[in-house]
Amino acid sequence: MKIVLIMQRLILTLLGVSFVGVSLLAFTGQASAQPAWMPKPPKAIGGQCDLDPKIMRKTHMNLLDHKRDQTMHDGIRTKKFSLKNCIACHAVKDESNKFVTIKDERHFCRSCHDYVAVRMDCFDCHASRPGDAMNKAAKAAGNPHDKSAGVSSMGKAGDTTVVTLRKFIAGEAK
Amino acid sequence: MISLKPDQIQPVAQNTNTNDGKIRDAKTREDSSRREFLKGSAAALALAPGMTLFAYGEAGAKPAAQAVTNKSRWGLLIDAAKFSDADVDACVKACQDENGWRDNGRPLTDAQWIRRVNLKNKKTEEKFSLPMMCQHCAEPPCVDVCPTGASFKRKDGIVLVDKHICIGCRYCMMACPYKARSFVHEHVEDQKEHAPRGIGTVESCTMCVHLVDEGKQPACVKAAPRGGMVFGDLNDKSSKLAQLIKSVATQQVRADLNLDPGVRYRNI
Ligand code: SF4
Ligand code: SF4
Repeated sequence: MKIVLIMQRLILTLLGVSFVGVSLLAFTGQASAQPAWMPKPPKAIGGQCDLDPKIMRKTHMNLLDHKRDQTMHDGIRTKKFSLKNCIACHAVKDESNKFVTIKDERHFCRSCHDYVAVRMDCFDCHASRPGDAMNKAAKAAGNPHDKSAGVSSMGKAGDTTVVTLRKFIAGEAK
Repeated sequence: MISLKPDQIQPVAQNTNTNDGKIRDAKTREDSSRREFLKGSAAALALAPGMTLFAYGEAGAKPAAQAVTNKSRWGLLIDAAKFSDADVDACVKACQDENGWRDNGRPLTDAQWIRRVNLKNKKTEEKFSLPMMCQHCAEPPCVDVCPTGASFKRKDGIVLVDKHICIGCRYCMMACPYKARSFVHEHVEDQKEHAPRGIGTVESCTMCVHLVDEGKQPACVKAAPRGGMVFGDLNDKSSKLAQLIKSVATQQVRADLNLDPGVRYRNI
């Protein structure tokens, strides 16, 4: 009985691993091999992410949750895994050189969340773009990732649209 | 504390009607449980006119990775004698600018983290005003009644709402004797990144906790003229704040409720 259970679990685990493997492969696949409807998260303007992006993709919500409790209740305000820092680093600019808010579908978070159709309520309360100081500094320095189109994405150069699943379903996406 | 004639001790209204900013139900209250009479009250009074309450930051910034402890208890001393109506309004404006709440012209529903309370001595008809915000009670009723644990007191005495778990029931608003809390009725955009606020949750003065954690002063304290507000650590006996409340008469508003507010007043 026990052996059967263990076997079952093993098979399930193997299935799970291969599933995750396949989906990650699809996610990190070459831009050229990417179907048009795959999410194209804009590149971060900061340096290295707090963790490997592959891990971030799967665990960012838990990390943010954990950090939020530390900050809220214990006043721990280190940058690592702080939403404020994530927002600053993943800020995306529009044509007029201003950071976009969550209302814009080019916003980093939306580039994936729209695709997976998972609504987040973080930005009902939190600012979805860097604060004034950061905005000014970025404007003065210019964004190195700003191509002429204003946004850099994992897609081909000059591609400023992040195709959403909604659009795909509506048949508007090519 | 120094002796005060009963009619000098002015009441803060139990019930403030915030629609027109006027007090409807002002009753004389005094810090009776704590009132002590100094024998040489004249000496203490002589101190008062020349006394300047410096806005004063005695605490260095704590390391960002360090959790707050109960070693400190943050508090404020507000000297009502140093505030004209316009001065109070300047503090309100500073709070709005810092924390991103604003007057939308809808007084029944607009959030108010800090407000001007107008007072009148019924006997002498002397009028004055003072800034009123969350008093950061040591025994906060808003925390007692919260069904979700969203309303909480940090170890250093700052009372906050964890909006991640607030369900917007507004029980805390009913429980707060100072009417310090507001419900966010409207969709909010362009919040300050250090002061998240959104529809359906309750909020109040955070004592500018984001600044305090960096060793800075709350925005209203910086805006208060003539050092009318002093911020500091009530537990640190060497702090300017602790020294001041030791040497001059100060009061807690509605001290009879035994909530032990961290915000104290002078000349009310
Ligand atoms: S003043 Fe009101 S909101 Fe602030 S701690 Fe006291 S009861 Fe709570
Ligand atoms: S409104 Fe929010 S903070 Fe206030 S009592 Fe209800 S859940 Fe708690």
